[in-house]
Amino acid sequence: MDQTELAIRTIIGQFGRLAADAASLDDSSDLYEAGLTSHASVNVMLALEDEFDLEFPERMLRRATFSSIATIRD
Amino acid sequence: MTDHGYKGPEPFARSPVTRREGITLRVGIDLVPIAEVREAIEQFGDRYLDRLFTDAERAVCGANVDRIASRLAERFAAKEATIKVLQPEDGVTYTDIEVVARPDGSSALALHGPMGELARKAGLTGSSLSMTHSAHYAAAAVVAVAAEARAKS
Repeated sequence: MDQTELAIRTIIGQFGRLAADAASLDDSSDLYEAGLTSHASVNVMLALEDEFDLEFPERMLRRATFSSIATIRD
Repeated sequence: MTDHGYKGPEPFARSPVTRREGITLRVGIDLVPIAEVREAIEQFGDRYLDRLFTDAERAVCGANVDRIASRLAERFAAKEATIKVLQPEDGVTYTDIEVVARPDGSSALALHGPMGELARKAGLTGSSLSMTHSAHYAAAAVVAVAAEARAKS
């Protein structure tokens, strides 16, 4: 697992409020099925922006962007 | 119902839709844990508030710390419920969906920019908003109506 994915999993674990442990999820696991709410995805987004010093453009603020660890990483 | 004056072609087919002769209804609903809003305010502060809420929405929520989180949670739920009605494909600017306070104390939706355009394209002619909260959760429901234009005989 590279540093980027580790950071994403850590942030999801801290802010995603999932029912499952973020470390146990596959890259393609559906985060919404795992308990990610619409508001928690906003918290995850803001934390990702802090971690990677970037800003998600509005066009990426779609449900699909935060649907899995793989889609967030990509 | 609030009349936004939206006129346009046929509404989206993918959202929850009920059709009767001449009328199409769409509904959206969302539930928000208030603790997540509180956490966002504490962790991200103005970055979070500026991203999601307009100055007017923040002013209505006031300065009482306990009340702010529940009121903002209601408003976020309203925005998400509206997103479910409008089904945007190109992403969302949350402040383009605004909860406005009416003089009688009720709340209504104001749609700006791309969200307003989306409603117009969907032929939505009006909407109604209801919000609520308990100790731990806030919720909102939005019903929007598209009245089909009738040809003159």
